[in-house]
Amino acid sequence: MEFALSEDQRLLQDSLKGVLAGAASLDQIRKIAVGDADASNALETALADFGLASLLVPEDAGGLGLGLLDACLVQEALGYHIAPSAFLANALTATALGSYPDLLNLIAAGDAKFGLAVTEMTSRRDGAGLSLAKGKLSGKSLLAMNVEGATHLLVADNDAHLHVVEAIKDVVQMRTIDKTRAFHEVKYAGSKPVASPETGDRFLAVARLLIAADTLGAAQAMIDKAVAYAAERQQFGRVIGSFQAVKHMCAEMAAKLEPGRALVWHAAHALDIGDSEGPVMANLAKSYMAEAGTFIARTSTEVHGGMGFTDLVGLHYWYKRIGVNRQLFGSPEQARETAAELQDLLA
Amino acid sequence: MKLDLDPEYEAFRAEVSETLAKNRHLAPKSEDKGYKNARRIAWQKLLIEHGLAARTIPKAYGGYGGEPDILKARIIAEEFARTRTPGPMAGQGISMLVPTLLELGTEAQKQAYIRPTIEGEMIWCQGYSEPGAGSDLAALRTSAVEDGDHYVINGSKIWTSTAKQADMIFCLVRTDPTAKKHEGITYITFPMSTPGIEVRPLVDMTGSANFNEVFFTNVRVPKSGVIAKPNIGWQVANATLTHERGMLGDPNATKARFLELVTLMKDESVNGQRLIDNPHLRDRLMKLQSEVYAMQANGLRITTSRLKGEPAGLAGLIVKLNGCDLNHEIARLAIDALGELGILYEDGEHLRADGSWQWRYMYDLGLIIGGGTAQIQKNIIAERGLDMPREPKLAKA
Repeated sequence: MEFALSEDQRLLQDSLKGVLAGAASLDQIRKIAVGDADASNALETALADFGLASLLVPEDAGGLGLGLLDACLVQEALGYHIAPSAFLANALTATALGSYPDLLNLIAAGDAKFGLAVTEMTSRRDGAGLSLAKGKLSGKSLLAMNVEGATHLLVADNDAHLHVVEAIKDVVQMRTIDKTRAFHEVKYAGSKPVASPETGDRFLAVARLLIAADTLGAAQAMIDKAVAYAAERQQFGRVIGSFQAVKHMCAEMAAKLEPGRALVWHAAHALDIGDSEGPVMANLAKSYMAEAGTFIARTSTEVHGGMGFTDLVGLHYWYKRIGVNRQLFGSPEQARETAAELQDLLA
Repeated sequence: MKLDLDPEYEAFRAEVSETLAKNRHLAPKSEDKGYKNARRIAWQKLLIEHGLAARTIPKAYGGYGGEPDILKARIIAEEFARTRTPGPMAGQGISMLVPTLLELGTEAQKQAYIRPTIEGEMIWCQGYSEPGAGSDLAALRTSAVEDGDHYVINGSKIWTSTAKQADMIFCLVRTDPTAKKHEGITYITFPMSTPGIEVRPLVDMTGSANFNEVFFTNVRVPKSGVIAKPNIGWQVANATLTHERGMLGDPNATKARFLELVTLMKDESVNGQRLIDNPHLRDRLMKLQSEVYAMQANGLRITTSRLKGEPAGLAGLIVKLNGCDLNHEIARLAIDALGELGILYEDGEHLRADGSWQWRYMYDLGLIIGGGTAQIQKNIIAERGLDMPREPKLAKA
């Protein structure tokens, strides 16, 4: 028995973190947040060179054929560096398109970039949602991700069925608290799906697991920053990290985060080996990391005192990353309800 | 990442399962209560004989004499839990004194104490905490003054579980009042029947006396009871404290309680609706499940570290804090889910699960405080896990 990362997995994560330390430094993230195209392109190129696009594409379709645990490690590193990336959308699409080798080939070759318009799978609003009639999709998706520069969109219709459509031009940006990642409203006027994959419980489970991994990384960064700040900042003639009030806040953050890391690993491994508990664990991981992340985002900011509230230290980018992640692909309450449903606990 | 076991271990699991099935009819029943119950002792001896208790204790001292094997120990625990078979005896003698004796005891001490202790014929209690020495254990003041080949002990201990039943005590006493506080302490064992010892039960919020106070007035005990050497008792005790922290917050025990809660919420109805069909209660249940699963996965990580002989780091340091808190929260949801009936206790027609949820809600709070308070745990996590600075010492007034 071995419940630990392999040497290759550690290497994958460390080398990606190395790339991100440069291309997604806080200075670069600040530029991306105000729409600096050069900074965005530099990050995108660095990640493409690293080979992220083809990571989850099976080897026989030209990809690297890595598993969800590897994908979680990548997403964790992206979250740690609050890096915007097409990885999540592409990885999720790759896991959904198992029976469409042509599309997988395009992803692996870097010729297809997928946007993700699946919010309607968990939360369809009045005035939004899309329906399939006579083989064509019409309606509206809210909060679609990675739409800019996408060649295709993976969309969910009102019945939670997935479809692939070619890029849509009729999009409007939706401003959110997170300036580093772009979200759009997408309008469809009779788009013909080029594929309609059936994924069952797995798609939402994988989406929720990857977002949990992203929060894991962002929350770890916030703990590291709080501990480092507490070791430097002096008040009353001593570093504030020597006060139990501050130490206990840091200990509580670590105590909440560490089990979440193990749960993300366990859920990813369970999905990788086809364990029937995998989808339950993935939904529980989303709920766990949403709650732990919220606590850590708030507590780390408080450890930083007034500085945490300012733009000067930039801590708010992580706070917002975690806040947005909590809502994406369903609230923690929705993830818990899915977990209950998967275990036949509902009447 | 590889969670399945090698065939050798799967074969071992089958063997354990078969042994338990074959002998189950000999296991103690619910009426076999109390220490030194004949059926419990016979069961313990049978478990030792089959390597299911005292597995790594050498044969010469009454154990099974098996090689240490973390996975086999885990499989044994899992099989007892899965088949709901009464497990091996526990207690501070078995879990804390015996490992200490094996590491630091003399041959005579090992011969005299280990066999009767692991067989359940000799009960021990632990004399560590004092009224003035709780979290700051090294501030203990119970004195032991040399008198020929004896010590004369005066002082008192508190939080001493099983003091009433115990034949023997392992105890920390101050033998050198002039030394620094960690350096004048001695770890000593002696019979509880020694004249001058008084045990007073300490009734706690559960309504029963799970602990005691122990008073020593001119208690003369032989020096041969000292473990290792005089004045290094702090180091001797620290070897066993590690064993205690490992016991509190075990994620498998927590999972078993969680499953009991799921059963309660499926079986019990209010206004014709199963408790689990109430969306508020179900949401709380699932939130607890996420924490139970997370602590189980965390446990797998610790097991892997131990198999590799590496320190478990933060994953290990958080277990007592998180595990005890989670147990308390599980009991709290059970009581909330029971609604008004959640206040019933002790006995009565409408009491559920013999009042065990109410008992746990109180007793588990004791465990959040005992065995190193939650606040001490946070200091440890911050200082050892996150490398944060220690609290500066106050200047002497």
